[in-house]
Amino acid sequence: MELVCPAGTPAALRAAVAAGAHTVYCGYADDTNARNFPGLNFSRAEMEQAIAHAHDQGAKVLVAINTFPRAGDPGPWHAAVADAAAAGADAVILADTGLMAHVAQHHPDLRRHLSVQAAAANPDAINFYAEAFGVKRVVLPRVLSVQEITAINREIDVETEVFVFGGLCVMAEGRCSMSSYATGQSPNMNGVCSPASHVSYDEEDGTLAARLGGFTIHRSGRGEPAPYPTLCKGCFTSDGRTGHAFEDPGSLDASQLIPRLAKAGVSALKIEGRQRSRAYVGQVVRAFRAATDALKAGRPIPPGTLSALTEGQSATTGAYAKTWR
Amino acid sequence: MELTVGPIQFFWRGAALRDFYARLADEAPVDRVVLGELVCSKRLPFYRTEIPQAIERLQAAGKQVVLTSLALITLKRERKLTAELVDMGLEIEVNDLTALAYLPEGAAFSIGPLVNTYNEGTAAWLHARGAARICLPPELPSISVAAITATCPAPIEVWGWGRLPLAISGRCYHARLHDRAKDNCHFICDADPDGRTVDTLDGQKFLAVNGVQTLSAACANATHQVTELRDAGVSSLRLSPQSQGFMRLCSDFRALLDGRSTAEAVSRRALPHAPGGTYCDGFLTGDSGVAWSQSGYGPA
Repeated sequence: MELVCPAGTPAALRAAVAAGAHTVYCGYADDTNARNFPGLNFSRAEMEQAIAHAHDQGAKVLVAINTFPRAGDPGPWHAAVADAAAAGADAVILADTGLMAHVAQHHPDLRRHLSVQAAAANPDAINFYAEAFGVKRVVLPRVLSVQEITAINREIDVETEVFVFGGLCVMAEGRCSMSSYATGQSPNMNGVCSPASHVSYDEEDGTLAARLGGFTIHRSGRGEPAPYPTLCKGCFTSDGRTGHAFEDPGSLDASQLIPRLAKAGVSALKIEGRQRSRAYVGQVVRAFRAATDALKAGRPIPPGTLSALTEGQSATTGAYAKTWR
Repeated sequence: MELTVGPIQFFWRGAALRDFYARLADEAPVDRVVLGELVCSKRLPFYRTEIPQAIERLQAAGKQVVLTSLALITLKRERKLTAELVDMGLEIEVNDLTALAYLPEGAAFSIGPLVNTYNEGTAAWLHARGAARICLPPELPSISVAAITATCPAPIEVWGWGRLPLAISGRCYHARLHDRAKDNCHFICDADPDGRTVDTLDGQKFLAVNGVQTLSAACANATHQVTELRDAGVSSLRLSPQSQGFMRLCSDFRALLDGRSTAEAVSRRALPHAPGGTYCDGFLTGDSGVAWSQSGYGPA
């Protein structure tokens, strides 16, 4: 089972490789990738060095070019693909149909993975991307149960990669414009969701109000932790009831499901978190490498080593369990 | 400019649906009607028998009738439904690219607003594949709309009216608000014919849930962008059905497009029936989606 690990910086990439990542994914420092945060991502020179370093250590590098090119300005996306190919990337991760057509035509030898942002959630969609654009691997959206993933793998010829740890989108990825509705900044167009530039914390009558784009979506009492106001994890009121209408804060931890995912025919496990520190990346990658090594050796998955790293200290297996819906 | 009525996003039972399409056929000066289930395949058995009648009546009234695919196809049953849709012999509006896999060579199809057509490269690919029309995602600013119309030979449609579809999920939020799971939902989304409003902790109407779909609480209103969109080459506007005042709204939009009314007059008259009671047009102006470009009727 291949372990696909995040790197937001060259230091994080080296940490991931040192911790046992089989593969690292990263992006260029612009809006061509879906983690376009200030101070994050790779320059052209950094990407070349990072790929060379990873290859030296026997690891692969995937370059995420998974936002949707701006209308009238495809240049930066086409350049990102060309530069990733020249730097020796093992594959590019793409979401936009037009960009896939461009890569298939102009870089036919560059391996193409379908980003989770394309939300291909069934065998027909996956086979379509494979036939139309020669996609070799699909990152499955986080709306599927293990049973459904098993069924999908029976009907497709390409590899599947699934998220096992980190931030959890509760919406079908690449099909959510809640962030741009509230802030004008969009995952699909700008590569950001619930951006820090639009977050404010205000002390009011002994409580701390957390706002995104001016909308109050969390209040905490004195001494209580104040979570980051990610839209789909916020508190809302509907018909007199207040609560987490979409999803409780917390993050995905499917480490215990790894044997079932392997049995379901999954080829690669993905860890979310290109915005995370190299220390975090190193720790998570080590734990998951131990888990994949255990799987390979037929031993049980080591339990619960990552609980301190999950957001808000609570973890969920998300849609992998059908009752989540 | 033409007018397209989008599929009913909400769960309306048989009688409400029958009455809506009968009135649309008789009263609404629109060119095209997209119908069928967009959001949740579990709803379809409750009104499926009404569809052939609605199609016939709309066609007799001279409207082009198009059938929508689901917005998110995951289950085997949903894939089967998609295959059956194609057998009905009408143009299919693809709202999940999965539906493309089921279209035989030469079958008529168009692209709906829930497909990610963000740029001219994707529009060109879809046109080459045979798309007769492309309704762009509501998130696109008008500057991007213009960049796409400038090169795309297929007619381009833009979201003109109604609560904005913001997200689709595997999880049912209506069920969750009632402490239920999707598989045991009791079809409670039928209690909210325009969606269930979700407020911020300051009491602002912010979002609306509709089963597995999340919408804007505010009603998108492109009346003030009509001239700009027409100049950019947009060929039709999409009006999304609401439970009250929709026939009048269609007439008002027709009057606006024909120069017999103004954006201000249409906005004023339509406000009492607009879901959420406020307007937004920020996606088109390149602002946050919730923003409204005018002085009245905007977010509180």
